[in-house]
Amino acid sequence: MSLDRARARTEPPAPEAVAPRRGRGTELVLLIFAIGIATFAYVSVDLGALGRVPPNAMAYLGGLSAATAVAHIVIRIRAPYADPVILPIVVTLCGLGLAMIHRLDIADGTTRASTQLTWMAVGVTLFVCVLLFVRDHRVLSRLPYLAGLAGLLLLVLPLLPIIGHSIRGARIWINVGPMTFQPGEAAKIILIIAFAAYLVQTRDALALAGRRFLGVDLPRARDLGPILLVWLGALGILVVQNDLGPSVLLFGIFVLMIYVATERISWIILGLLLILAGGFAANAVVSHVAERIDFWMDPFIDPQGQVAQSLYGLAYGGLLGTGLGQGRPDLTPIAESDFIGSALGEELGLTGLIAIILLYALLASRGLRAGLLLRDPFGKLLAAGLAAGFFLQVFIVLGGVTRLIPLTGLTTPFLSLGGSSLVMNWVLVALLIRLSDAARRPAPPSSSSSLTDTAVTQVVRIR
Amino acid sequence: MNSPIRRISAGCLLLCVALLINATYVQAFWADDLNARSENRRVLLDEYSRERGPILLADDTPIAQSTPVDDEYQFLRQYPEGPIYAPLTGYYSYNYGRTALERAQNDILSGDDDRLFVRRLIDLVTGEEPRGGAVRLTIDPAAQQAAWEGLTEEGFKGAVVAIDVETGGILAMVSTPSYDPNPMASHSIEEQTATREALLADEDEPDLNRAIAQRLPPGSVFKLVTAAAALESGDFDPDTEVPGPAEYDLPLTNTNLPNQSGDACMDGTPTLTEALRISCNTAFAYLGNELGDDALREQAERFGFDTQPLTNDDMNAATSVFPADPDEPQTALSAIGQFDVQATPLQMAMVSAAIANDGVLMEPYLVREVSGPDLVSPIERTEPEERTRAVSPETAEELTQMMVDVVENGTGQNAQIEGIQVAGKTGTAQSSAERPPYAWFTSFAPADEPSVAVAVVIEEAPDTARDDIGGGRLAAPIARAVMEAVLGS
Repeated sequence: MSLDRARARTEPPAPEAVAPRRGRGTELVLLIFAIGIATFAYVSVDLGALGRVPPNAMAYLGGLSAATAVAHIVIRIRAPYADPVILPIVVTLCGLGLAMIHRLDIADGTTRASTQLTWMAVGVTLFVCVLLFVRDHRVLSRLPYLAGLAGLLLLVLPLLPIIGHSIRGARIWINVGPMTFQPGEAAKIILIIAFAAYLVQTRDALALAGRRFLGVDLPRARDLGPILLVWLGALGILVVQNDLGPSVLLFGIFVLMIYVATERISWIILGLLLILAGGFAANAVVSHVAERIDFWMDPFIDPQGQVAQSLYGLAYGGLLGTGLGQGRPDLTPIAESDFIGSALGEELGLTGLIAIILLYALLASRGLRAGLLLRDPFGKLLAAGLAAGFFLQVFIVLGGVTRLIPLTGLTTPFLSLGGSSLVMNWVLVALLIRLSDAARRPAPPSSSSSLTDTAVTQVVRIR
Repeated sequence: MNSPIRRISAGCLLLCVALLINATYVQAFWADDLNARSENRRVLLDEYSRERGPILLADDTPIAQSTPVDDEYQFLRQYPEGPIYAPLTGYYSYNYGRTALERAQNDILSGDDDRLFVRRLIDLVTGEEPRGGAVRLTIDPAAQQAAWEGLTEEGFKGAVVAIDVETGGILAMVSTPSYDPNPMASHSIEEQTATREALLADEDEPDLNRAIAQRLPPGSVFKLVTAAAALESGDFDPDTEVPGPAEYDLPLTNTNLPNQSGDACMDGTPTLTEALRISCNTAFAYLGNELGDDALREQAERFGFDTQPLTNDDMNAATSVFPADPDEPQTALSAIGQFDVQATPLQMAMVSAAIANDGVLMEPYLVREVSGPDLVSPIERTEPEERTRAVSPETAEELTQMMVDVVENGTGQNAQIEGIQVAGKTGTAQSSAERPPYAWFTSFAPADEPSVAVAVVIEEAPDTARDDIGGGRLAAPIARAVMEAVLGS
């Protein structure tokens, strides 16, 4: 590790012989494909369910294109070296999510798709803001303690009496005027930033100082203290709020990031042990958790329940799916949110579900790749935390609805109905774009900088 | 920091592969199993949205059909004739599944049968909505109607089965009390549930098909089997005299078996014909012990006992039984259709049908043919099939004459049809002291060239005094009406 850093410091970057590929043209072509897929999905929902082309197809195409165009143009200006694959994947996933929400609208007689489209516009706005105002990701590392505090504060908000709000037994919402918002989604990103910033400062101490106990290097309490406090606080609040998914996710991200920072595999082992112990304890103590595990062992104890219906939907879809608009995803409870993955698996089949999983994997791999390429440790940690956390979330929710693991409530990024999740995932992607831009940007020629540094007189340009 | 990031990437890849493998397992390998589960509403809804084929009578009258409606299920299953045919059609319920022919012929009716594969392929290419095939029955509406009216007019609890003796095709199958299957197929779950609960709560079990699914002691109608065994043994002929005292001393016991009348039969030594004519218990009990339980059982089995009937139509019919190992007094009781002898109305109709058909028992069946959705092109037609030779042609002829004697001079005079010779046998079976006896009648006509065999059982006759319950009085007129309906058409 330290060798790594040393190399990065001492070796002058090799001068680029050719102009580096920015990939903006590739991104544009991929975006046109993505919008094409999204619009086609939207139209085929109506064709399948109602036998007609939706009257607002052009408006939908226009809206989606406008939002995407804004994001693309801002990338061209503010992050010209960003990975060209990230934005098209996000647009494709958003499009599929919108199509499925529209499909469930038809079945349930609601109009949630247009709300979701509005939230997507908000998401793109925040995406643009992040790219405009965060010119260099390293500014984010400046205030680790304040960020940690802010993250905790956001988590506590729903427990406050007036603005707090409980939906389906989980007290994770706040009322903002006429709307509700899940501050936990924002807290997740802020806490990842806080973790990254803090770990960069303390990782040497965490990795090297401390005692060896049972083959595991235990860090000193004062190095570990603050972050453990944040973590315990976060978990405690989540348990109180009766929302299992985010607790598991946050814990997982924490373990992964501390592993990346310290390069000690013992953290992963410790983390897994803690998860198992926590799982057993929760199974024994919290009825909510025991119930989830029962449904995982035998989903058919309630044949009309979520997991059973999700499995029936997936089976009904089979290899090729029923076709958009032609299945019965509305039979699965809350198909528009946690179970949108199984709804898509039903109508697009195994083929479609595999494509979606691979899109997520590709997106995560692009984030991790940025982490590998980045030269500063904070950037590396942040990229790894965001990307691995993102994929961990995908795994927890998709694994839950396909009965690979017990079900824990989490949204499926970009697909699920819900403003908070959609908006904050756009912010997450904006950060990944910013990081990948920094990772792929050619280093400024070192000779010129050393020249100016050593020059006796500096040329100052006025005006 | 690069090596942990690489390891984490590998970990993500591992999670991704796990998701992919699991999704493949669920959607490709587990799917068939999941789709076959009965509570899977998606499969049911899919079935509902297809036009299910009709169930037709012999004259093409539909007794179950699907009509288009304007709700999410698209088609409503209707039973135009309601309770008369409910034991045959069963119901097709979203919540409670399928019963009777709706269950047994589901593949054809829903269009899933392999024999409709080409049809489905054509529908797929031409873009037609796939439809189910039709099931045409052997049921004769006139016979069914006559049986229904006979049983319901006075509120009897009972059943009637009529068989075409030459083919084995079932001409009538009625069970009362019955129920209306329409609300069970309703698209209102509440209505289905309420109907179902009412059915379950009803002590008369209206959804029990008494014609094929309920076994009762056959009583004296079983004497036909004992008589057949006697004639087949070669030791007896219709004029052989047998002892018929007022009471038969059951071997090994202190109890005696009396005649219904309390008197000796005829002069105490009736001929076999006379014994059958007046349904002499003591004479047949004697015959039973003379022949032995093995001979009786073998004869009963050749008439169809101890084998499940109607398996070709998959109707879950009950198997009529002759006791496996009776001792001597039990054999004597078995010979007059008591003790543990149990038979369904279908079984007793089969006994008559076999005697009528020169001693050959035809395999009974309900479905005459199944056809494609256009109702014209038959996919498969049921060929009449011989099951066993129950008795020799000579024995059959002798039994016929004896049964004609029963109707003309004996207990079965209520079954007489003007201008047509009828052969029949009555039965009044005791089960326990608490409940009234079961009234039986089985017959066929015309005796010289038989075409229809009937069995009637009346379990309960609410307005009839206990002493007046008897096969000849209650059951024979219904059998006559059914035979007349068949012969008249």
